[in-house]
Amino acid sequence: MRRLGGFYLLAVLVYLLPVVFPDNYYVTVVGVIIGLHVILAVGLNLLMGYCGQISLGHAAFFGIGAYSSAILTVHYEWNPWLAMLAGIVAVFVIANLIARPILRLRGHYLAMATLGFGIIVHIVMVQTDTWTGGPDGMGGIPPLSIFGWVVDTDLRWYIVVSTVALLVIWASLNLIASRPGRALRAVHGSEFAANMTGVDPARTKVNVFVFAALCGSLAGSLFAHQQAFVSPESFNFFFSIELVTMVVLGGMASTYGAVFGAGVLTVLPEMLVVFEDFEVLIYGAILMGVMIFMPQGLFVGVARGLRSLLNRWRDAGPPVPESR
Amino acid sequence: MALLRVAGLEKYFGGIAAISDLSFEVPEGIVHAVIGPNGAGKTTLFNMLCGFYSPNEGSIRFRERELVGMAPHRIAACGISRTFQNLQVFLNMTVLDNVMVGCHLRSRAGMVQAALRLPSVMREERQVKQWALEALEFCGLDALAEREAASLPYGGLKRLEIARSLAAKPAFLLLDEPAAGLNETETLEMRDLIRRISESGTTVLLVEHNMGLVMQVSDHVMVLNYGSLLAEGTPQQVQTDSKVIEAYLGEGVCNEVA
Repeated sequence: MRRLGGFYLLAVLVYLLPVVFPDNYYVTVVGVIIGLHVILAVGLNLLMGYCGQISLGHAAFFGIGAYSSAILTVHYEWNPWLAMLAGIVAVFVIANLIARPILRLRGHYLAMATLGFGIIVHIVMVQTDTWTGGPDGMGGIPPLSIFGWVVDTDLRWYIVVSTVALLVIWASLNLIASRPGRALRAVHGSEFAANMTGVDPARTKVNVFVFAALCGSLAGSLFAHQQAFVSPESFNFFFSIELVTMVVLGGMASTYGAVFGAGVLTVLPEMLVVFEDFEVLIYGAILMGVMIFMPQGLFVGVARGLRSLLNRWRDAGPPVPESR
Repeated sequence: MALLRVAGLEKYFGGIAAISDLSFEVPEGIVHAVIGPNGAGKTTLFNMLCGFYSPNEGSIRFRERELVGMAPHRIAACGISRTFQNLQVFLNMTVLDNVMVGCHLRSRAGMVQAALRLPSVMREERQVKQWALEALEFCGLDALAEREAASLPYGGLKRLEIARSLAAKPAFLLLDEPAAGLNETETLEMRDLIRRISESGTTVLLVEHNMGLVMQVSDHVMVLNYGSLLAEGTPQQVQTDSKVIEAYLGEGVCNEVA
């Protein structure tokens, strides 16, 4: 109960928001995108934050999921759920195939290899235009429906995507506080010692890579049905980098950090639109500022800041010692 | 019966022999020390025993199973555990989590079961936590269980590594310089800990430079020099061996080695 306290709080918050702010653009429209980004970032955080392995090609799995759903429902008129499942199976197979050779590499080399993978998948999406519509993308993707309840409004999408995102957060929290979760943190801490303790580092890395890829595929399928349109642009190198930024900015090795990072990086560009030409400049400056002043990430940084503010505000006496 | 049987072991780095034609046996239940000057090949030997290096020649049999060519995590599964000369604590985890990783081989939950938090996983977690706390208590660290490992002093980290190794319930424990960098009091505590580990039935292979400690806890001492066996015997025999004194102190010195 104590372990999942923050999670229940988050769940209540997520479901209350559309009640308190009905028809609010930031809740139901931006909220869906945040939810999709949370699914991606939480998965990637298991790989990067906890296991210490970088991936600069994570958008590829998001794309494979999205295009599987799009192609199978549009060209072959599959049931969307079946198409989603097919995407997951495809990503499972691809991730398993590439993970073993790729994850033997470390550091910069791993970054290069995953980057290459992401670019290859992107090129395939652009070039196989009879299936994917090429750079113009493809539309007409049908909405999801759950036993006749068609998910076709912003609010309904918000509910569906938020629920899936909460499930992914729950799974991530469970995983970290368990045997396989400890194994992947151990590989990050000392691969040598982990190996001598009976952990198979290669197996562990492959498993978490596949898990992160499956989260990507799931988000991709939801994204395709929600947008009703996909194009390769959504799955390019820059999106991979954005995902990495979410994980790092929010705070590595923290599930809530990844959630926070995904939220902030999705909302921030929307809010900076008022600065027009300076939008990107300010965005970059904010990212740099956060990394310089809160190297542990926004989640930890903001929590600490709030605590010290609270302490200063509450007492005129001696400072309260920081408790864990 | 010999627990470990090493025969004709050779390891070269480039053209240099780190270990040459080394054969020895470790019977069950004893504390077997390996000593020798720096560069004698002690750590190389350790790294071969646990599968991190593979030897150029020779065989390593543990309970009659050949270990040469096995991956480190498979060797660990045979019941061999080790600590490290230059600490390899998981500094990104709490003390308790470190030791719980030690129970990896005694538990089985996979990724899917764990993500779904099935009842079997929760039962196993309670059991693993119990085992880890017992190992921490054995090493006198139970009060620090919830602390971040990175916040422990050096001596605490040394004991944490031992607790993590013991949590695996190994039959054979390799201790690589457990007293290096410890002060006198801590060294005495380490001596007692090694004795208690041995009494609990775990066979110990000890590499250590602190001769006082080695002579007090070991049943059998083996001296390496330039990668080969120089002498072996009981602590008393080795202490008075003229070849050993020569290797440590140089020719013509016959003072007490301590």
